[in-house]
Amino acid sequence: MKHTISVIVENKPGVLHRVSGLFSRRGYNIESLAVGTTENPNISRMTIAVSGDDQTLEQITKQLYKQIDVLKVFDIPDSDAIERELVLIKVKADKKNLAEATKIAEMFQGKVVNVTAESAIIEVSTEKEKIEDLRKLLDKFGIVEMVRTGKIALQKGEIPRNPKGGKK
Amino acid sequence: MEITGAQALIESLKKEGVEVIFGYPGGTVLPIYDVLYGEKGIQHILTRHEQGATHSADGYARATGKVGVVIATSGPGATNTITGIATAYMDSIPLVVITGQVATSLIGRDSFQEADVTGITQPITKHNYLVEKAEDIPRVIKEAFHIARTGRPGPVVVDIAKDAQNNKLDFKYPDNVNLPGYKPTLKGNPRQIKAAAKMISLAKKPVIYAGGGVISSGAAKELKEFAEKLNIPVTMTLMGLGGFPGSHKLSLDMLGMHGTAYANYAVQECDLLIAVGARFDDRVTGHLPSFAPKAKHIQIDIDPAEIGKNVRIDVPIVGDVKQTLAELNGQVKPEKEKHDAWLKQIGEWKKKYPLSYKNDSVLRPQYVIEMIQEITKGEAIICTEVGQHQMWAAQFCKFSRPRTFISSGGLGTMGYGFPAAIGAQIAKPNALVFDIAGDGSIQMNMQEMATAVIHKLPIKIAVLNNCFLGMVRQWQELLYDKRYSSTNLCANPDLVKVARAYGAEAMRVSKKEDVKKALQDSLKVTDRPTLLDFVVAKEENVFPFVPPGQAINEMLID
Repeated sequence: MKHTISVIVENKPGVLHRVSGLFSRRGYNIESLAVGTTENPNISRMTIAVSGDDQTLEQITKQLYKQIDVLKVFDIPDSDAIERELVLIKVKADKKNLAEATKIAEMFQGKVVNVTAESAIIEVSTEKEKIEDLRKLLDKFGIVEMVRTGKIALQKGEIPRNPKGGKK
Repeated sequence: MEITGAQALIESLKKEGVEVIFGYPGGTVLPIYDVLYGEKGIQHILTRHEQGATHSADGYARATGKVGVVIATSGPGATNTITGIATAYMDSIPLVVITGQVATSLIGRDSFQEADVTGITQPITKHNYLVEKAEDIPRVIKEAFHIARTGRPGPVVVDIAKDAQNNKLDFKYPDNVNLPGYKPTLKGNPRQIKAAAKMISLAKKPVIYAGGGVISSGAAKELKEFAEKLNIPVTMTLMGLGGFPGSHKLSLDMLGMHGTAYANYAVQECDLLIAVGARFDDRVTGHLPSFAPKAKHIQIDIDPAEIGKNVRIDVPIVGDVKQTLAELNGQVKPEKEKHDAWLKQIGEWKKKYPLSYKNDSVLRPQYVIEMIQEITKGEAIICTEVGQHQMWAAQFCKFSRPRTFISSGGLGTMGYGFPAAIGAQIAKPNALVFDIAGDGSIQMNMQEMATAVIHKLPIKIAVLNNCFLGMVRQWQELLYDKRYSSTNLCANPDLVKVARAYGAEAMRVSKKEDVKKALQDSLKVTDRPTLLDFVVAKEENVFPFVPPGQAINEMLID
């Protein structure tokens, strides 16, 4: 089973290492990890896509809370969230098929951000599953290189999830 | 007040009530040691290896409940503390380990005696710090001690760069800690406590399973009241020994892989298992799916991550063991006759399957332990190394008070006992302190004999010398067809001569009838350690034994 968890941490040196180290030594499988500061520059949010059953997820959450720099951990249910991942894909493209590549990018609300004589870089920001669809479509051009950021997500609704202070 | 970082460090330690530091100097801690020179407020014990210093601070912490403090230099000094830190981490012992680090301009450039201590110790510490600015020292020390001693205790490493030790700051010790991400839960949920009280009143065959948390929490009194009020038998883990009086009629002694048969049968037949400050470790549970199959489970622990980690818990209570048991004691009604049939059944198991060993003219290791128990009457502090002797000590000694059995449980570190005994003796100068050792273990930190002699510590080191790495040999006998691969230690040095070379007292005992007198003679030596080299039967085995993968009632009893 796949889960997306949001880990709110104090923005201190080494905190990324602490969290990723915890996952690796306890054998929890990280599918993707994205981290950046929140509206408070002293607090960062890590969005981690993990796979595991409910019991594993419960242990992951409890072990994360044991880390001194971790402030809050919550599961983001797929049904109630806005989820995005940014991808840049470089495809083989020449004058003949550039138009087709551009059209495919537009179908995914993306755009071509760079063109050379033989290649083009397409930028798309969308849900994880749609990135797979895009990749399959662009395969026929020949994908030269691809880079993804990993998923980020925010739960819908007004309640802010970043704590001002204090766990729970 | 403008002082250097090193001076601020020592001042901060004094503010935390530190009276003893165990350490070993080196290049990157020269500024600290310069401040310690002539310092009257703190006693520094110079060991002969940083591993010895760390285990000694650990033994000191276990004997007193206070935070043990270590100072080591950078690079190899720091890496020598790793085993000791991991030992403390696995047994939840409060330590603050201060390591020097190269100057900030040299960090990350493979400098002389540089090691990434915060990276290396991250998985084995509750938290760690790299201090690069002198003004951070007071806050970091206050936080380190707070983290080490609160909630579930554990080791904290503070790595201080040399220039931070030399730079000046305006010293002001903070009044509070500000750790928004660290707020341990002490008070158990009242609804859960009520549910537990109800479940207990309905049980017909309850058992209390008490672990190291009872000792960390200082809950021996509350546990005794709880057990006696409800007439419930108590079994202890290795870490819980002393948390409940071993000679009490409700005591089942230790459970698990080398626990007593009656404790293991009781757990497998009980209908309610009350886990108090214990974590369902694999040495206790045996084959996990078969553990306590007929029981409902209540678990009280201060660490939420331990609740339900290995076993499904019916009534979990997150909270401090002492406080929670006190609450429970207030809610439960006395049940003096209720479990009489259950206790009678347990009495029959105790009669049918007592701990035993062959009683003949051969000097067997269990006999030495029984004589130590007889001579000390359960009033001494018993430290052990790791192996067969450790299991026999846990089985045949009866501890009446907490903090009198000091042994590496979770990590199982050979070489732990002797330096830990040094720490315990320093902590309790008037106590009788034993280190029960095997011939393998005692050689691992033998160099600390110098520390013990110089500080005139009258520790009794009882070596159960069978010329083998005993526990490994036992497994090779029972599971590997007696193929004793690399477990024969018969090129051992003459331990009596080695001890005497250090200036300790030493004697060899080869006959059963000489054991008691040798022990009594050792008690008369009050100004230096005594090593007793007991030449014991070579191929004795620890029983009961739950083989790997078996349920705990599928023991080999002999």
